[in-house]
Amino acid sequence: MIRTLASRFLGYAILIFFALVFLYPFVIQIANSFKTESNAADNPLSPIPSPVVTDSLVRIFEGTGFPTWLGNSVLVTVVVTIGRVLFASMAGYALSRLRFRGRKALFAGLLALMAVPPVVLLIPKFLVLNQLGMYNSYSGLIVPLLADATGIFVMKQFFDSVPVSVEEAARIDGAGAFRMFWSVVLPMAKPALITLTILSFTGSWNEFPHTLVSVQDPGLFTLPRGLADLVSGSLGAGTQYPLKLGAALLATIPVAIIFVIFQRYFVRDAAAGADKG
Amino acid sequence: MFARKGIRGNEQPAGWLFVAPALIILGLFMLLPILMALWVSLTRWNGQGSPFTGDVPFAGLGNYTRLFTDEGLARQDFMTSIRNNAYYVFLVVPIQTVLALGLALIVNNRLLKGKGFFRTAFYFPSVTSSVAISVVFLFMFANGGAINAILSVFGIQGPQWFSDPRGLLHLLFERLGVSPFLTDSGLFGLSWWDWLSGPSVAMCAIISLVVWTTSGTFMVMFLAALQNVPVQLEEAGRIDGANRWQLLRHVILPQLRPTTFLVITLGLIGTWQVFDQIYVMSQGNPAKTTLTPAFLSYRTAFRDFDYGSGAAISFVLFLIIVLLTLLQRRLTRERDS
Repeated sequence: MIRTLASRFLGYAILIFFALVFLYPFVIQIANSFKTESNAADNPLSPIPSPVVTDSLVRIFEGTGFPTWLGNSVLVTVVVTIGRVLFASMAGYALSRLRFRGRKALFAGLLALMAVPPVVLLIPKFLVLNQLGMYNSYSGLIVPLLADATGIFVMKQFFDSVPVSVEEAARIDGAGAFRMFWSVVLPMAKPALITLTILSFTGSWNEFPHTLVSVQDPGLFTLPRGLADLVSGSLGAGTQYPLKLGAALLATIPVAIIFVIFQRYFVRDAAAGADKG
Repeated sequence: MFARKGIRGNEQPAGWLFVAPALIILGLFMLLPILMALWVSLTRWNGQGSPFTGDVPFAGLGNYTRLFTDEGLARQDFMTSIRNNAYYVFLVVPIQTVLALGLALIVNNRLLKGKGFFRTAFYFPSVTSSVAISVVFLFMFANGGAINAILSVFGIQGPQWFSDPRGLLHLLFERLGVSPFLTDSGLFGLSWWDWLSGPSVAMCAIISLVVWTTSGTFMVMFLAALQNVPVQLEEAGRIDGANRWQLLRHVILPQLRPTTFLVITLGLIGTWQVFDQIYVMSQGNPAKTTLTPAFLSYRTAFRDFDYGSGAAISFVLFLIIVLLTLLQRRLTRERDS
């Protein structure tokens, strides 16, 4: 009995210690966003700003390109998410259900593409955007992100796991392939679509390397690119940590909200990763 | 395989129509660029005009041999980046795997409440933007920052994290009074002494950030696997008189073997791709001790305008990662069969 109590106490102690390790950096980030620069430099650990100031938040909106980056990030994220969900579910459905010549080869190609590490695509992507005249434009920023191999794979796996009987019934009613996809298949695929939407949203909202090789005009920066630019010293004098932390905080909030609301889907993604390997 | 007609109708056109958008985008922005970069890696293109005209000087395999056989700065930088990334892998992969497993075991403990909260807390860092979180860690590791404030509580004077190029092993040798050795001979243009530097103090700050962000993801994978361990197995072990350590060692860990393999190989694949954090936090500095192949390839192409060499570095890195991926897929297949 005492041993159980002791081990339970130890278990909680370890959990709380690690919860602090994993969450306190966010506390520091929030607190220091509301500190004066000297206060942040003197008491970086303190969770309570004294005095509480909103100067840096005001300056984020008035003295940096933040509003532009925010607008670009919203645009990129919305278009990319819609595109990825639509194209991935169409392709995943076709690869799983429709019988056409070349399907197996396409799937093998898809598996091969999934193994391509994004970071080695930096120079290649720049080359193709440059060649097509899409470098430094919204289309260069958005179009290459509209389809991703992993999303197609997730949708194909999903359709593989669903029995065909519903579609068979619709087929006898004489529905065409696209109408059936739109009004029978997609509504049925809701759980997979939610997972894919979340995956695409966080992926495109946080995307950084692609913006590095597709645009150079500050008017086309998204939030991660703008933040990276702030850090590398576009601010001029001083370290200005409250401002940088505040900007990073604002960039984190949308993903944090989505995470809290749809947490079980995130967990499922990671667990699915364990299965698919 | 031929499309069968009949009640299903002809699905040939519909099939191609459905895959067309994804196929065009992936072909145009993944497959084609790789082929283009393969060509550029054989040239000395400097970013002016198109790389696909006769005016661009052809280099053959020159950009590749410069990384391995020709003496010079290119090889020295490349080998330095390989060294740095190797130390990074050697530290990140074991630490994140053990930490993820440990956290999963504790969170999974049936006697403890608040499982959901702790799982969320540990998992949250891994969904945030790598750039945003790098900004936070840059602040924490600043000279008068939070980490050094914590260290000073324990009477330790923290280093100037991002301007300290000293390697951990070099520091250890210095502490033990060992003077630099093997400085005359070496491999690929780096002396053995340089190879044995260990990760620099600056690299350790980046390592701590990466371990902190990725452990949560792998913890969730371990949690999913733990939930599949049959309760009867554990009970049988307990009846046989196994203590908690023996139970973990001989009952639970063997059940987690496939997941552990997966976590390790995913870790190996991911750690060779570190880029965002390097870009935001150190840009390869101080003294090139946080230079990695991914960042070096970017820097060579977009800062030094030597696209051929940059692309060649990318392909060598590609090869390293593909080999690791093949290894991972083979292990997964063995597990499945």
